[in-house]
Amino acid sequence: MTVSPLSAMAFEDRMATTEFRVSGTPHIVVEGDSCRGCTTRACVIACPAGLFVPTFDGGILFNYEQCFECGTCYLVCNTAGAISWSYPEGGSGVVFRRT
Amino acid sequence: MSSESFDAVVVGAGPAGSAAALRLARAGRSVCLLERGPFPGAKNLFGGVIYPRILDTILPGWTGEAPIERRVTRRATMILTDTQCLSVDFRSSSWGGEAYNGVTALRPRFDSWLAGRAVAEGAVLLTSTTATGLIRTADGAVSGVRTDRPDGDLLARVVVACDGVNSFLAREANSAKPPSPEHYTLGVKEVLAFAPEEIERRFALAPGEGADFEVLGGTGGVAGGGFVYTNSETISVGLVLSVRDLESSSRRPEDLLACFKANPGIAPYVSGGELVEYGAHLIPEAGIAMMPELAGDGFLVAGDAAGMCLAAGIWLEGVNFALSSGAAAGEAAAAAMAAGDVTKAGLKRRYTALLEAGFVLADLRRLRRAPELVLGARMQGAYPALACNIAERMLTVTNPEPKAGLRSIARAELKRSGLRLRDAVRDAVSLVRTFG
Ligand SMILES: Cc1cc2nc3c(=O)[nH]c(=O)nc-3n(C[C@H](O)[C@H](O)[C@H](O)COP(=O)(O)OP(=O)(O)OC[C@H]3O[C@@H](n4cnc5c(N)ncnc54)[C@H](O)[C@@H]3O)c2cc1C
Ligand code: SF4
Ligand code: SF4
Repeated sequence: MTVSPLSAMAFEDRMATTEFRVSGTPHIVVEGDSCRGCTTRACVIACPAGLFVPTFDGGILFNYEQCFECGTCYLVCNTAGAISWSYPEGGSGVVFRRT
Repeated sequence: MSSESFDAVVVGAGPAGSAAALRLARAGRSVCLLERGPFPGAKNLFGGVIYPRILDTILPGWTGEAPIERRVTRRATMILTDTQCLSVDFRSSSWGGEAYNGVTALRPRFDSWLAGRAVAEGAVLLTSTTATGLIRTADGAVSGVRTDRPDGDLLARVVVACDGVNSFLAREANSAKPPSPEHYTLGVKEVLAFAPEEIERRFALAPGEGADFEVLGGTGGVAGGGFVYTNSETISVGLVLSVRDLESSSRRPEDLLACFKANPGIAPYVSGGELVEYGAHLIPEAGIAMMPELAGDGFLVAGDAAGMCLAAGIWLEGVNFALSSGAAAGEAAAAAMAAGDVTKAGLKRRYTALLEAGFVLADLRRLRRAPELVLGARMQGAYPALACNIAERMLTVTNPEPKAGLRSIARAELKRSGLRLRDAVRDAVSLVRTFG
């Protein structure tokens, strides 16, 4: 992932500002093998949390833990079966600040 | 099997859901308000400004108690290029009085407050609970929802889906085709901390007053727009990006946002604040064009779940649309139950009559061409540059050359922009037709 020199902070620090109550069960599962034939790699650009990381062998590494639950990835993915998407179990996942 | 039973189950404690639950409870109905977050608003992110006049009819007396950040007295529409900024900057001190036109808010606080008002009217709020699907009777009518709790089935005569932009319930009820990216924009936002006096100094505001900037251009070539809003002790700055455009661009959202913040027209307002939260959320952009079937047997849809959000360039209004459509759905459900007819026809007739009597459908119809127009290539690129260049030449003193008139400057700049007059005229006509 590229972080432009303009971003004042590293991407990890940016994500660390938001609270995530991580559930033990992933709510999004990416079938990394289905991604090998994908030419768009749209998720890698579009996921605002930067959770889709291309691997050296043409697959995709995905980690659900810091997900905003926005839905952008399943909108942009054209490969049937690559992403199974649902909301995390009640009470877990992203929690935006009350103050 | 133990399953609880209510007159109505409302899924989602955002503005639509809380308004629906409030109306149902007030009509004397037992109602369960279901929310997957640990508290209402935990999952909800917006710009944002709430245009709250609709609350006068839903919750008279709300002004003293709603958790608002600032009353918006300054509203600017800006056009940006990399080096120029042209703005129409409007202020009204009458917006600062009790008759607020708009108030800035943080959704986790606002949504928690509103859900609390529904509870005060008698609704049962169930948080940390995700609805996972619809329960139907043998003849297909919706009769409740399944949840991710053990023994989590909730039965109801009417289910009101207020589950937001990714509404799985509306899709399940409609067996609709998969959503298409053209109909959505992605909002990314940063919340930056400042001392209140510093916010008032930067935006030239009196204490408690707020500013709302909507921006065209400055999105790094991805169709969309930007915003800056003042809260009490934070500034919200963000971008709204066409999902279609973003996926085929080579720039990530946080990169585009960093460039927007560094733009000379925006930087003086937002630089130096400490980032206290970063987040993202989708916006249903297509209004009428993406609206699902609004009713089924025992089932209604309201708010973002129904595509009832006005995203039309200088307008980004969703909370007031959610409040109004949610309240209408709640009222329709209560009336249908009282009449003993919760069939699709019985619900739909009452719901659409209430919607037709208000602003939701009228505004969406009136501005139905706006998203396409505002997100179009010329409106995003060539026109902002043209407007800024004309302004720059009008305002630049070129002595010893004498001044050129506006007409000759405009003609020269139009030529330089490569725009065809025919397109410009056609766009002007559709602009007038859309917004006029
Ligand atoms: C970046 C951005 C900027 C915006 N700016 C503005 C603005 O300035 N002014 C304005 O008026 N509008 C703005 N909007 C639009 C506005 O936020 C929405 O239109 C509004 O929130 C819709 O309300 P709702 O109640 O329909 O949905 P939501 O507010 O999304 O509420 C849906 C609720 O349902 C819950 N839920 C979802 N699925 C389930 C499930 N299966 N089980 C249980 N609970 C569930 C969610 O957790 C959530 O609480 C903006 C939106 C974005 C993304
Ligand atoms: S998840 Fe979809 S868009 Fe992303 S790489 Fe895999 S197939 Fe392509
Ligand atoms: S839902 Fe949004 S934040 Fe989560 S993985 Fe998909 S695109 Fe990224």
